[in-house]
Amino acid sequence: MSESEKPVSLNSYVRLCGVVFVIVLCTTSAMIATSFAHLGDGWTLKVALILAIAVVNAFLVAGYLMHLLSEKKLIYGVLIFTVLFFIGLMGLTMWAMSDFPTGTAVR
Amino acid sequence: MDIPYTVESRPDTGLYNAKLGIWLFLASEVMLFGGLFSAYVLLRVGAAPGMWPHGWLNVTLGTINTLLLALSAITTLLAWAACKVRDFTKFRIFHACTILLALSFLTIKSFEYHDKLIHYEIVLNNGTFADGHLVEKSADFDLAKKTGTITLHGRIVDDEKELMDLRTPEARAAKLGEVTVAAADIVKMGNYGPRHNTFTAIYFTMTGLHALHILGGTIVIFYMWAFGGAMWKTDPERFTNRIEVSGLFWHFVDLVWIFLFPVLYLT
Repeated sequence: MSESEKPVSLNSYVRLCGVVFVIVLCTTSAMIATSFAHLGDGWTLKVALILAIAVVNAFLVAGYLMHLLSEKKLIYGVLIFTVLFFIGLMGLTMWAMSDFPTGTAVR
Repeated sequence: MDIPYTVESRPDTGLYNAKLGIWLFLASEVMLFGGLFSAYVLLRVGAAPGMWPHGWLNVTLGTINTLLLALSAITTLLAWAACKVRDFTKFRIFHACTILLALSFLTIKSFEYHDKLIHYEIVLNNGTFADGHLVEKSADFDLAKKTGTITLHGRIVDDEKELMDLRTPEARAAKLGEVTVAAADIVKMGNYGPRHNTFTAIYFTMTGLHALHILGGTIVIFYMWAFGGAMWKTDPERFTNRIEVSGLFWHFVDLVWIFLFPVLYLT
């Protein structure tokens, strides 16, 4: 049974939403703190950390607010295909970044 | 004519039709925004060293918008839960909050856009750059005829690179003041609109598309908030499903912002 088919208690949702909002508040603060922290000269580490925190944030919204943690298999199937295509899209992007004509160099 | 499977689940999918439909739509939306994020990555890594902007966007406003959208996602979920427990009054209260939060988001976004559109970078004929927010143009200011003056609140720098990273100690320590430039001294002048550089182009494209999604979602939510009473009286289960489907779209819009905010404002 998916979440939307279960009996609902408004109070339990209010509690859940309170917890989610507090975590979103914390993760947003963590992203901002990371952004302004001194973590070496480059942006690579910062970007990786900030995106990792954003993924946690996204998991909360998708898992709890969109009920993805208790959905039907068909929806998981659709999303698995979407993720595969998305990975393919980003993979092509990464590939294109190092795809230079033979004999050329990037400074 | 009755539309089938608006309330009960289809035996083969286990879902009512609109729910499967919205998930397929959201899958296509992932690829739409994915393409733009891919373009962002390519533009960023392809930028010349020191020429990718940092600190151009207002983090405080971005943070407020993040929290507004998170709150609106919560009120959307609570509006659906209120429908499930058959409390239409609470549904209307929660969705009124969603609409107000969405409009607040769009208002803040429009202030941010306005800030960029009145922010000018001027290339002067001595090779320096005047940069700042528009204070005034003289009545006879005409770039083509080279007459009049323009006044900015900002500064003059020798190298355009100094305008790129506004988080450096030097950029933070820079003193801003009124800079008046004669039209005769201007080689090139433009605001921080989409054509300014690749960063502003991708910024306006991504946030503009996202704002259109917010606007579309708000219109749908407003319609169901204002005119949903009739269906609520005749078919509350179907109405609840509509709220769930619109809520899924709204959560997706929140998800996109969860990545747009750090990518554009924080990195």
